[in-house]
Amino acid sequence: MSALTALIRRDIRIALRVGGGALIGVLFFLTVTVLMPFAVGPDLALLSRLGPAILWLGALLASLLTLDRLFTADHEDGSLDLIVMSRTPLELACAAKALAHWIAAGLPLIIATPVLGLLLNLDGTATLAVAATLLAGTPALTFTGMIGAALAVTLHRGGLLLAVLVLPLSIPVLIFGVAASQAAISGPLPFGTPFSILCALSLASLVIGPFAAAASLRHGLD
Amino acid sequence: MKLTETLTDLANPTRFLALTARILPWLAGATAILLAIGLYQSAMAPDDYQQGATVKIMFIHVPNAWLSMFVWGVMSVAALGTLVWRHPLADVAAKAAAPIGAAFTFLALVTGSLWGRPMWGTYWEWDARLTSVLILFLMYLGLMALWRAVEDPSRAARAAAVLTLVGAINIPIIKFSVDWWNTLHQPASVLRMGGSTLDKAFLWPLLVMAIAFSLLFITLHLAAMRNEILRRRVRSLQMMQASRVTFASEAAAGPKEIGAA
Repeated sequence: MSALTALIRRDIRIALRVGGGALIGVLFFLTVTVLMPFAVGPDLALLSRLGPAILWLGALLASLLTLDRLFTADHEDGSLDLIVMSRTPLELACAAKALAHWIAAGLPLIIATPVLGLLLNLDGTATLAVAATLLAGTPALTFTGMIGAALAVTLHRGGLLLAVLVLPLSIPVLIFGVAASQAAISGPLPFGTPFSILCALSLASLVIGPFAAAASLRHGLD
Repeated sequence: MKLTETLTDLANPTRFLALTARILPWLAGATAILLAIGLYQSAMAPDDYQQGATVKIMFIHVPNAWLSMFVWGVMSVAALGTLVWRHPLADVAAKAAAPIGAAFTFLALVTGSLWGRPMWGTYWEWDARLTSVLILFLMYLGLMALWRAVEDPSRAARAAAVLTLVGAINIPIIKFSVDWWNTLHQPASVLRMGGSTLDKAFLWPLLVMAIAFSLLFITLHLAAMRNEILRRRVRSLQMMQASRVTFASEAAAGPKEIGAA
């Protein structure tokens, strides 16, 4: 257990330090959100209608952008081989790494959401709903994205290949995340139904992600 | 027990090549005959009272759509073969199936879109089934990109196997969520509780076409597996040749250096 806590603390510390790149995700999120009004026009009514979708897309792309670093840095300096060979089960180590990544790169996105909500003319309930769905949904993005990151690091290919592999898998999260936000804002569906499905997706990916990532690391690294 | 023995036997690529060389002509013949019968029956099928002659697109569209999902199933079994049983032909099977599956999915999309034009008045509708087939197509393309990203086939095979299995878990989830997201397409009508709602005049040609297309897939798949095995042999021969050339030139260059020193 202490090995896992140490791993989490180390990963968070590296991500937040100079060269870590976790906070670039927030900057990217901000930039994408600011770009959207230039594409659809400065109409505040339209922006508040599209707001949840814009925020969700921005968060999805931002979390995808930072995922590239999840295993690459450790692979480059050799610590990934130590993690694979250590006595801690690789599945748990993968889960710990993903958790650390989510704390360092996912949580800042959620904290930034209220500010970006102001830019998109979202009212209090809408911002709260988007933040709540992001809180429930981004773990799913991180944990399914981890599979793609593990595949990419074993193949020494990152970037676009990772995006192509991961984006189709994140469609359900996007659907239910935006649906729950829209339900909270305008109805007619209750907020609870899509939100609990979103939580279920996160929980399922919490189980599947570490196993698949560990399998691909174990089979792929040599 | 018999099946496992046969599978172990086929682990030898030479035996597999010999067996498929004997089977393939028969399979191709059976496919051609069944396709001819199916197409004839489809052409002879009566027009629908609502859809007119366009209903005949169904006889091409539905088998393609069935196969688009069936091929992913085949690839998942092959992925288990790669990761669990380490069967040497499993990754060949998985690699050969991906482009064929993508082709079937693409045909399902195209025929569905052609069918949608007269029925819904548009080539593309963000309807649940079309959308989930489109996502399936994207996943096939992603898988093929993964295969192409690495030169070493066994390395690519293990990565692709993991992705295939993750996809097999995710495809039902994606399908469910897309259904939830939007439903305009008619609900399933061939296989469902309380018998088929399809008239016999349509059901028979459809079944024949489904079997014919499945045979077509098996034929194409076996042929593609043969090609893949031969391609790998060519690759290893080329690498042997290349290393021989390098060694020879090194050996030729070696004594000179010593002589110069």
